[in-house]
Amino acid sequence: MPNFYGTEVASRLMLGTAQYPSPAILADAFRRSGAGIATVSVRREAGGDRAGQDFWALIKELGVAVLPNTAGCHSAREAITTAHMARELFDTPWIKLEVIGHADTLQPDPFGLIEAARALTDDGFQVFPYCTEDLVLCERLLEAGCEVLMPWGAPIGTGLGLNNIYGLRSLRAHYPDVPMVIDAGLGLPSQAAQAIEMGFDAVLLNTAVAKAGDPAMMAESFALAVQAGALAHAADPMEPRDMAAPSTPVLGKAFL
Amino acid sequence: MKITVNGEQVTVQASTLADALDELGHGGAKVATAVNETFIPATMRAARVLEPGDRVEIVAPRQGG
Repeated sequence: MPNFYGTEVASRLMLGTAQYPSPAILADAFRRSGAGIATVSVRREAGGDRAGQDFWALIKELGVAVLPNTAGCHSAREAITTAHMARELFDTPWIKLEVIGHADTLQPDPFGLIEAARALTDDGFQVFPYCTEDLVLCERLLEAGCEVLMPWGAPIGTGLGLNNIYGLRSLRAHYPDVPMVIDAGLGLPSQAAQAIEMGFDAVLLNTAVAKAGDPAMMAESFALAVQAGALAHAADPMEPRDMAAPSTPVLGKAFL
Repeated sequence: MKITVNGEQVTVQASTLADALDELGHGGAKVATAVNETFIPATMRAARVLEPGDRVEIVAPRQGG
């Protein structure tokens, strides 16, 4: 099972908490997903507004670890301040570090990401950087003190799956001992299974579950998919080949 | 004095961040704060004297992906 900064988690599925039709459906989806980690965020709250307080009560009832994010931050400075506010609110050193570099693709800003990762690590945070599969960027993030990497599969909310298989495979192979989570872009359980089959430690998704017609059912299907993917990875899959190879023995075939 | 809270101009009697939070109805709530883009830990709110025009951000837990 994945180990993030010394904490072993019981599931390879990490689930976001946004966009569900209702709090009850969110809770049901979490129960059926078996997810051990929930991503959360911080947002403005007016005096007397109970939205944040009620949401926090719901999350505590789920009994999962929380991974706060810096979603929506477009600069290192903004992300660093948000991370500090999140650490105090959620009482955890974990931070899913997002520094967005492009408004249309929500692609991470690699330069701001490294700057923020270094500052936060120096300040005692345990950083989960939302990054691309770029090998050099990931190397710099590790040098900055990150002990987990979270490369995207595809842009957030697209459901396109693993867009750059070669890049992800290369990244996985170069750093076999670094816990890695495919974060963002997954739309189907088969894509999650594929990520785990490739040796990624976990997947993090939100929209694929929350926006499904039946979020709880979809959550369970993702749970089964990551279990299947982990079994397949442990079973050491065959190597693909270009030419056919008969599976039925040729020897002993009747001469007709 | 007039300050900006979560992007909106408000008038408060309070002179510190801690008192402003109480005055604005956040007393006891699970919130985190920043003033002029700088994080102010809960333990420092009573000591953080507000000046007219300060930009205060008050955030709470929320859904996220």
